[in-house]
Amino acid sequence: MSVTYDVTRSSQAARIAAGLGAVILLLLIAAPWWAGRAELRLIGEICLFLSLASLWNLMAGYAGLVSVGQQAYVGFGGYMLFALTIFGGLHPLAAIALAGVLGALVSVPVAALIFRLRGAYFAIGTWVMAEVFRLSFAQVSALGGGSGTSLPTDIVRSLAEGRAAREALAYWLALAASVLVVASVYLFLRSRRGLALTAIRDNELAAASLGIDIWRTKFVVYVVTSALTAMVGALIFLQKLRISPDAAFSVNDWTAFVIFIVVIGGIGTIEGPIIGTLLFFALRETLADLGTTYLLVLGSVAIVVMLKAPKGVWGLIRSRFDLELFPLGFRVRRTDQKGA
Amino acid sequence: MTGLDAFYGDFQALYGLDLHLDAGEVLAIIGANGAGKTTLLRSIAGLIRNRPEAIRFRGSPVGALRADQVAGLGIALVPEGRQLFPSLSVEENLIIGGRVGRKGPWSLDAVYRLFPILKERRNQASTSLSGGQQQMVAIGRALMANPDLILFDEISLGLAPIIIRDIYAALPGIVGDGMSAILVEQDISKALSVSSRVYCLQEGRVSLEGASDALLREAISRAYFGIA
Repeated sequence: MSVTYDVTRSSQAARIAAGLGAVILLLLIAAPWWAGRAELRLIGEICLFLSLASLWNLMAGYAGLVSVGQQAYVGFGGYMLFALTIFGGLHPLAAIALAGVLGALVSVPVAALIFRLRGAYFAIGTWVMAEVFRLSFAQVSALGGGSGTSLPTDIVRSLAEGRAAREALAYWLALAASVLVVASVYLFLRSRRGLALTAIRDNELAAASLGIDIWRTKFVVYVVTSALTAMVGALIFLQKLRISPDAAFSVNDWTAFVIFIVVIGGIGTIEGPIIGTLLFFALRETLADLGTTYLLVLGSVAIVVMLKAPKGVWGLIRSRFDLELFPLGFRVRRTDQKGA
Repeated sequence: MTGLDAFYGDFQALYGLDLHLDAGEVLAIIGANGAGKTTLLRSIAGLIRNRPEAIRFRGSPVGALRADQVAGLGIALVPEGRQLFPSLSVEENLIIGGRVGRKGPWSLDAVYRLFPILKERRNQASTSLSGGQQQMVAIGRALMANPDLILFDEISLGLAPIIIRDIYAALPGIVGDGMSAILVEQDISKALSVSSRVYCLQEGRVSLEGASDALLREAISRAYFGIA
């Protein structure tokens, strides 16, 4: 009897997960027909937070860029949606796409500045940049200055006829964004550039001496993340229909919660942000009535997870069951053959 | 390759070091702890930046280039302590090495022919390997870049003597066809056995230089320890 090994990237669990994921996705696409208004809004919000968390995870968990200033791009994207539709006369969908392009453009000089900083200084630098964004937009009186502005009704109407159709469209856009973000993060990490990114995270010096341009790899990740974050920001404020500097550049909503999601889910994994988002919303929906106690509970959960399971809930599951739902690596399967 | 001339100006670890390496030559650098051997290799690899003219490779100044640019020119480093990527498999570690995309005889298959054990282990996490196997991965990873010059930093460090012998037995197969090498080593007899010339460093200066088979043990220990 000879033993042969068979190398595969896929696994039983991954195939089941993919099948299950497809079913869930179909159910979610059909949600406007089976869910109520409040549920639709909630699922849409979950999708947008999942997108933000996956993007932050790519940046912090894989590229090692621990930013606490991603609210800069959420707010920027939101304001671009309002500015481009109100003053530029663009269709909201075109404005969302353009918000992404502009987010990428504005992130280039920001990266040139903050990439000079390392570690904690980098984190603080990103926060300072986000504050600069907030204060700058608060100065624009055409967009309501410090008190903000609402999306005019004719622009909202241009999206679709009737409130139900508009809400369904906003929901589908949020769902599409989360699928697009998770899929692109997955495909990016499977690519050669993704391999380089993992190498940089593991050992920067060794990666550099193998010919990997660290600065450029991180730069590409930062710009792409910023562009997608700006698009998600535009979608968030398309749902809210109202924007103000404090809401748009809220470090609590768009960064603290996002970091919470990634940390409790499991940083540096694709599954982590998904599980983290579900846990975060489960906590929020059950505890929201408690007021500030809710934030205390969130804080305690974060501390307990960081102490007891530093790799997050997904890290815990993976170490127990050797699961990988989004297979990035390869695995060896033993196949026994009779004879010879 | 017309030759590599390395001139170091004054900086912390190395003081006006002059050394050169011809194409296809294997150079050994020996010296006590803190003599500046690793600093020298890291400077060549671009991990420590210098004046552009401080290091010339094939006649062009490379002293101020970044590590990834140096790697692109065909200088590969097998770093001290191996420095594998723990979350990648053996094969992925090797693939990363081939990323610079230089043409040459080294490929995954060639590395697996050199170190057959790696083929068996290719899908294992690099951290699950023994020290000697990890060292093979580190060497294979550097070879995947098809370098013209390969830098070995303390490849025997922390390995069992029998493993060291195996790895040194593989070296002629690596540098045999025209590849130059600089070997930094604490194990003097091993270093002398595979190299054609040797430099001995002491406190950042060259204390002895000569053909590996012509130097007397006595002279080496004088240069090594600085005993007059």
